[in-house]
Amino acid sequence: MMNATTDSILALEGIKKYYPVKEKMWAGKSSHLRAVDGVDLKIKRGTILGLVGESGCGKSTLSRLILRLEEPTAGRIYFEGQNILDYGKKDLRLLRRSMQIIFQDPYSSLNPRKTAAAIIEEPLIIHNVGDKTTRRNEVHRLMKEIGLLPEHGDRYPHEFSGGQRQRIGIARALALRPKFIIADEPISSLDVSIQAQIINLLVELKEKFNLTYLFIAHDLAMIQHISDRIAVMYLGKIVEVMEKRSFAQKLLHPYTEALIAANPIPDPRRTKTRNILKGDIPSPITPPSGCVFHTRCPYKKPVCLNDPPPLKMVEVGHQIACHFR
Amino acid sequence: MNLLNVTELSTSFYTDRGVVRAVDGVSFSVESGKTIGIVGESGCGKSVTALSIMRLLPQPSGRIVSGTILFDGKDLLALSEREMQDIRGNAISMIFQDPMTSLNPVFTVGDQIAEVILLHRELTRKEALEISEAMLQQVGIPDPRRRITEYPHQLSGGMRQRVMIAMALSCEPRLIIADEPTTALDVTIQAQILALLRSLQEQHRMSVIMITHNLGVVAEVADNVLVMYAGQVMEENTIKGLFENPFHPYTKGLLASIPMMTPEKKSRRLSTIPGNVPNLIALPPGCRFKDRCPDRFEACEDLPDMVDLGGGHRVRCWKYQ
Repeated sequence: MMNATTDSILALEGIKKYYPVKEKMWAGKSSHLRAVDGVDLKIKRGTILGLVGESGCGKSTLSRLILRLEEPTAGRIYFEGQNILDYGKKDLRLLRRSMQIIFQDPYSSLNPRKTAAAIIEEPLIIHNVGDKTTRRNEVHRLMKEIGLLPEHGDRYPHEFSGGQRQRIGIARALALRPKFIIADEPISSLDVSIQAQIINLLVELKEKFNLTYLFIAHDLAMIQHISDRIAVMYLGKIVEVMEKRSFAQKLLHPYTEALIAANPIPDPRRTKTRNILKGDIPSPITPPSGCVFHTRCPYKKPVCLNDPPPLKMVEVGHQIACHFR
Repeated sequence: MNLLNVTELSTSFYTDRGVVRAVDGVSFSVESGKTIGIVGESGCGKSVTALSIMRLLPQPSGRIVSGTILFDGKDLLALSEREMQDIRGNAISMIFQDPMTSLNPVFTVGDQIAEVILLHRELTRKEALEISEAMLQQVGIPDPRRRITEYPHQLSGGMRQRVMIAMALSCEPRLIIADEPTTALDVTIQAQILALLRSLQEQHRMSVIMITHNLGVVAEVADNVLVMYAGQVMEENTIKGLFENPFHPYTKGLLASIPMMTPEKKSRRLSTIPGNVPNLIALPPGCRFKDRCPDRFEACEDLPDMVDLGGGHRVRCWKYQ
């Protein structure tokens, strides 16, 4: 097992996260919300894996499990070949220096009572890095790296624009010189012209520091732009994993197809009568039998109602979980 | 025939820190049965334009400073509050971004739609509820008889937005103002809602003002587009003209910064617009976009006028004066 995971910085095997829920407040009977339901995924060192899916598909839960902010119900998580689920407190502390996260909302993820410099310095204090002067120099270096002036370090979050705040969030994530960064919808709350700035910054930093990203988003065009590989998630399961180039091909999971069709693109000549997916995402408390996508799939056949399709290889580097692809 | 004519509309907010000139000399018109898209980033004045038309500006800070708004020949700014109430939700209605906060959590969906109907028409509650049910049916909510007895929290996000649309349509308005109606929704649900809006618009021959930051959404629904920046219209054109041949440097910059779904592009760098939007309290003199503009030259120190290039194409830039 260890050998298979060495070229990957991160490997997930059979990850599940079930949350207990009580059906009715007074009924003793409880069931489970299957937020993540058997995910296998590998991320190669120095690459960007884009994870796309709609709200409630489990993509954020997955990122919290990778960071061990929550414990999975089942499965193994290998980081640099080691199963981090075996880690005790001390090991975890060290691990957290290698793994960082950038959050979606730069408004709520920065402490409003702390200055920009204090926010960026905080991880260094927590992990006992250097003395006061070295930390201050490090904060200055980081601020320059992400495109803020060091003299802005005395300002509070509310004095910055959304894009600048996200830059502070990125500097904080970089402070401990991590190897792996989860970017959880880092641009969704930013304006269009600012999104491109942040994406460019993330790509530059990745090249410069040889980082690996798990980039979570719901914007297909952005995912396609930034990622080397793309994983599509639906109702707690990975339904497709592919190289960036496969995205343009005909052979895709029906859900990926539907996501592409639904994605509004700035081209008024595109036909307006496309196949639009009907219905809502089913509840993860009572997921559909067989293939989880069958309730909305335009190609469903009887077998889809009973047998869950495994994720199988359709070409090198491209896996689809569908009986008919 | 134009259903709505907005001329030189200026709206300001009077705050402790100074006067925020949120909308500054905005003119446009909406033809019957057509959709006009207003695109721009946060703070560009697109939502304030909508609230000015509805006369729903936050009080007491928001004030329409100058301009006229003619709807169906009537000057909306000259109407009394009572007369305006007859128009709101009736001849002009609005769909907001967040269906969770725009619906009242303690009333059933049916009651909330019926409330709008009863406000504008002489009907009994029972009749109003029947119309509510028919409206839910029309916006594609399955089992509407059961749904009208349910509360907002029992519905999914997409369903709630359908309820908002049903409510907005319940008095057969002639103009719908949709302010980011799909921003809070997932892409597959967004596609459903946009398709629904398009088909209802055709059926009822309504005009729509679609406010969005998403250029993709605008390309899907609008006939004409206004691009706003820092309170002013920078460019107006037909949807095809705008996307195929953008004139204003801001429009060009916006379009270039969106990644396209083209596989195998060599560069991972997106083209960007440097800098940030100007502060609306202390606007620099001259063109509002000049500090971020790649084509800036001496003339930009003065504010450019809107130039009419014919065929519905207008642009506010010295390059085309």
